[in-house]
Amino acid sequence: MSFEDWIFAIHLLSAATLVGALVMSWILIVGLRSVETADTTLSFSRVIMVGTAAIWVGLVGAIGFGIWLAVLRDAFHVWDGWVIGAIVLWAIATAAIARSVREYRKSADKARELVVSGQTGPNAELTALNRTSTGLLLRALASAAIVLIVIDMIWKPGA
Amino acid sequence: MLELLAAIRPDDQNFPLLLHIVGATVAFGAFLACAASLALARGETRLLRLGYFSLLLVGLPGFILMRLSAEWIYRKQGWDDLPAQIKQPAWLGIGFFVADVGAILFLVALVLGGIGVYQLRNGGGAVLLRITMASALVLAVAYAVAVWAMTGKPN
Repeated sequence: MSFEDWIFAIHLLSAATLVGALVMSWILIVGLRSVETADTTLSFSRVIMVGTAAIWVGLVGAIGFGIWLAVLRDAFHVWDGWVIGAIVLWAIATAAIARSVREYRKSADKARELVVSGQTGPNAELTALNRTSTGLLLRALASAAIVLIVIDMIWKPGA
Repeated sequence: MLELLAAIRPDDQNFPLLLHIVGATVAFGAFLACAASLALARGETRLLRLGYFSLLLVGLPGFILMRLSAEWIYRKQGWDDLPAQIKQPAWLGIGFFVADVGAILFLVALVLGGIGVYQLRNGGGAVLLRITMASALVLAVAYAVAVWAMTGKPN
């Protein structure tokens, strides 16, 4: 394997980590929607943090090694339309994920507050935070952008 | 020469490739969700169930999509029609090994995890779910190796 092959493999490993972690986060946020108590919310929050860390590793690795690959390879360039399109979609996905993470952090913060005050039963405000439609919509936007990146990378329109 | 031919991909192979990637990443995400949920559940029944059902309801459909579309591309690229004297490249062998041997491990994890989830009603199932968690972790690592082999195409 050449150096370029290694960069390509790490770029795609990062992309696979990103999409896999996004699937993981969907499983968890759908599960979180039926959670009404502080203890269970905090248990979910621990696993969501692992998924979020994996998403960030994937986002940084995919863009970093992707741009490096575009610089190394003669066949395409960073200024090619399909590469610019992917970078724009990556920026949209990153912004949406960052906002979505902030939305889901609110429910973990509320759950911590409830545990400290000794309220372990179901709580209406916590349930509403766990079912945040803003967080869900932002996660859907990020997922749509990432699916479009995968399609863009496979078809390479204009290449 | 084989590597060169493999690198040139006609447009009609793009859709099966997209399905293959989607299936593999959905399965990979389910393995991560299963392993992390079971490892960090600390006895929380809801997370233990979520861990198992992510494997069954998300991982299994993802695996089936990945495996069927792999077969579709395999035939489209003519790997099933190679002359007897030409050996298949190593990356294809690694992909098949991970998919097919991994399928056996996946099936074992589903059966043991199913029994483990059933036993949760009586306060049991911890050991079986730990085995399911370890299997999901091994599968996630194996899929990462397969991604490296399929993209780097080592000889």
